[in-house]
Amino acid sequence: MTARVDERIAPVGPVRRLLIRPELGAVVGLVAVFTFFAVQSPVFRSADGIANWLDPAATLGIMAVAVALLMIGGEFDLSAGVLTGTSGLILVTLATRFGFDVWTAMLVGLVVALAVGFANGVVVTRTKLPSFIVTLGTFLMLQGVNLGVTKAVTGTVQVSGLRRADGYEGAAAVFAGTIDVGGTSFRVAILWWILVTAVATWVLVRSRPGNWIFAVGGDEQAARAVGVPATRTKIALFMTTAFAAWLVGSILALRYTSVQANIGIGQEFIYIIAAVIGGCLLTGGYGSAVGAAIGAVIFGMADKGIVFLGWDADWFTFFLGAMLLLATLANRLVRRYAEEVRH
Amino acid sequence: MIIETRGLGKRFGSVLALRDVSMGVAAGEVTCVLGDNGAGKSTLIKILSGMHRHDTGSYLVDGREVRFSSPREALDRGIATVYQDLAMIPLMSVWRNFFLGSEPRKGLAFDVARARRVAREELAAMGIDIRDVDQPVGTLSGGERQSVAIARAVHFGARVLVLDEPTSALGVKQAGVVLRYIARARDRGLGVVFITHNPHHAYPVGDRFLLLNRGSPLGLYARDDITPQELTRLMAGGAELDELAHELRRE
Ligand SMILES: Nc1ncnc2c1ncn2[C@@H]1O[C@H](COP(=O)(O)OP(=O)(O)OP(=O)(O)O)[C@@H](O)[C@H]1O
Ligand SMILES: [Mg+2]
Repeated sequence: MTARVDERIAPVGPVRRLLIRPELGAVVGLVAVFTFFAVQSPVFRSADGIANWLDPAATLGIMAVAVALLMIGGEFDLSAGVLTGTSGLILVTLATRFGFDVWTAMLVGLVVALAVGFANGVVVTRTKLPSFIVTLGTFLMLQGVNLGVTKAVTGTVQVSGLRRADGYEGAAAVFAGTIDVGGTSFRVAILWWILVTAVATWVLVRSRPGNWIFAVGGDEQAARAVGVPATRTKIALFMTTAFAAWLVGSILALRYTSVQANIGIGQEFIYIIAAVIGGCLLTGGYGSAVGAAIGAVIFGMADKGIVFLGWDADWFTFFLGAMLLLATLANRLVRRYAEEVRH
Repeated sequence: MIIETRGLGKRFGSVLALRDVSMGVAAGEVTCVLGDNGAGKSTLIKILSGMHRHDTGSYLVDGREVRFSSPREALDRGIATVYQDLAMIPLMSVWRNFFLGSEPRKGLAFDVARARRVAREELAAMGIDIRDVDQPVGTLSGGERQSVAIARAVHFGARVLVLDEPTSALGVKQAGVVLRYIARARDRGLGVVFITHNPHHAYPVGDRFLLLNRGSPLGLYARDDITPQELTRLMAGGAELDELAHELRRE
C-alpha cells in the first residue's frame, strides 16, 4: 500500500527523519573526535591504530549496549561494573585453585552472574524501589565479596595463573584471541561487540520484547494496562546486563590470565555515560543500541588518542565530562526539534 | 443487552459512592452516563471495566452474572476501557502503541511491516486522519490520541467500549472529532458507554441517558423521552438552576 500523501507531512522530509534518530548526537561526536585525533596523529588513523582503539571500545561497548537496553527499559544497574570483576574472579579462582577446567569455571561464573541479575530485577520490580538504590546495594555487596573472598583464598588481592588451567587455549582463542585482517591483528572481542550490538538492535526494533522494553521505560502503568508483561521484561533486562558483565569479565580474565579483586569499580558510570552519549534518555523509554556502541567507540578513541598525542592521561576524564554534556545537550535539542511537529 | 447492571452499589469505607444503579448497553447503542463532579461516574465505569468490584446489586455480561478481578478479565470478555491519559506511551510511534501488548508475529519477529500497514488501515477505516503512523504519540493532539485508543479497542475485538470523559479536555472541534468516532464505533455494532458531564456532547450520540447525582440515579431516559433542554436542566440540578439564575440576576 502506498502511503496516503498528506499535505501536512510534506515539509518534514528525510532530513528531519534522520535528525530525530537517537544516534545523531553520537554520530556527530564520532566524526568530530575521529577528525580531531586523526589530523594530529598518523598512528591514530593507521590500521594498527584503529585496531588499538577499537579494543577498549569493544569491551566497553558490550556493556554499554546492554546498559542501554536496561536504560530504555527505565532502569539503571550500578552493579554491572563490579559484576565483570566477580565473573572474572570466579573463573580464575575456580580454574586455578579448585581444579575446574576453564569452560566449567566459565559456566559457573555465568550462573552466578545471571543469578545476581535476576536478584536485582526481582528486588526492583517487587519493592518498586529505585534501581539506582537497589543496584548500589548490590554494587557495594559485590565489591565486599570480591575483595573478601579473594583475600581469603589467595592471601592477596588478585588471582592469577589461568594460563596453566585445562581448556585455557580453546577458551582464550574464542574470547581473547586475535584475528588477522590485512596484516593487522584485531581482537576477537570486537566481533563479540558487533554481535551483541546487532542482536540488541534486532531485539529492540524487530521483536515483541523490544516493543515492551520501550513501553515499560516510557510509561510502566500504561504498558501494564494493555497487557505488557512489565515485570518479566525488567527482570530479563537486568539479566541481560549481568550476561554482558559475565562476557566482558571472562574476556578480560582470559586475556590477562589474572584478575584484580577491585576490577570494574567505577566502570558502571562509564557504561551509563556511553549509553547517554548514544542517545538514551535518563528517564527511560528512548534510545538505541547502535548509539551506545558508537558512544563506546568515542571513548575508545579518546582513551587511546590522548596517549598517541603524548598528552597526560588525566585529560581523559575532562574529555569524558565535556562529551557527556555536549551529547546530552545535542540529544535534547534533537528531541525538541522532533516533537515540534505538534500543533 | 451486552452488559447490564441491576441495583449496583459501591462504598469506599463510609462513603457511599454509588447506590442502586441499573443501566445497560446493547450492541450498536450508546449509553451516556452524565453527572456532576463526584457523582460516581468514574466509580461506575471502574466496576464495568474490572478495576473495582461492586458491593451490592449485580453486574451481568451476556445475561450472566460476573465479578471481574482485573481489567484483563473484562478485556477478555470484550469490554475495553479508554482512559484520558492511560494506555498510550508518548515517546513511542502510533503504530507501536497501536499494537502494544498484542504485537503481530512473523516467526520469532514482530511483524513490523504488517503492524504499520494494519494500523494505518484501521485508522483510515475509522476515518481517523493521522499524518504519519511513525510519529510519536506524544506529538498527537488530545483528540487524536483518544481516537487512536478507540480505533485500537475496536480493532482488538471490543464489543463494548467504555469511555471515561473522552471529550472533557478537548476544544469544540476536537470533541466533535471524537464524537464522530464514537458514532462510527456504534455503527460497527459496538456498545458504547460514554461518560461525560457535558449534555451537549451526550445528546447527539446517545441512545440512552443515565443521570447520576451524588451516587444515586436521577433517572434513565431513552432519547425519545427527553429533549436536550430537559437533559441540561436535569444535569444542572433543575430547580437549583432557576434559583441560581434568580440569585445572579442584577438587583
Ligand atoms: N478510592 C476511593 N476511596 C474513597 N472514596 C472514593 C474513591 N473513589 C471515589 N471516591 C468517592 O466517590 C465519589 C464518586 O467519585 P467518582 O470519581 O466516581 O466521581 P465522578 O462522577 O467520576 O466525578 P468527576 O466528574 O469529578 O470525575 C466521590 O465522592 C469520591 O470522593
Ligand atoms: Mg471521574
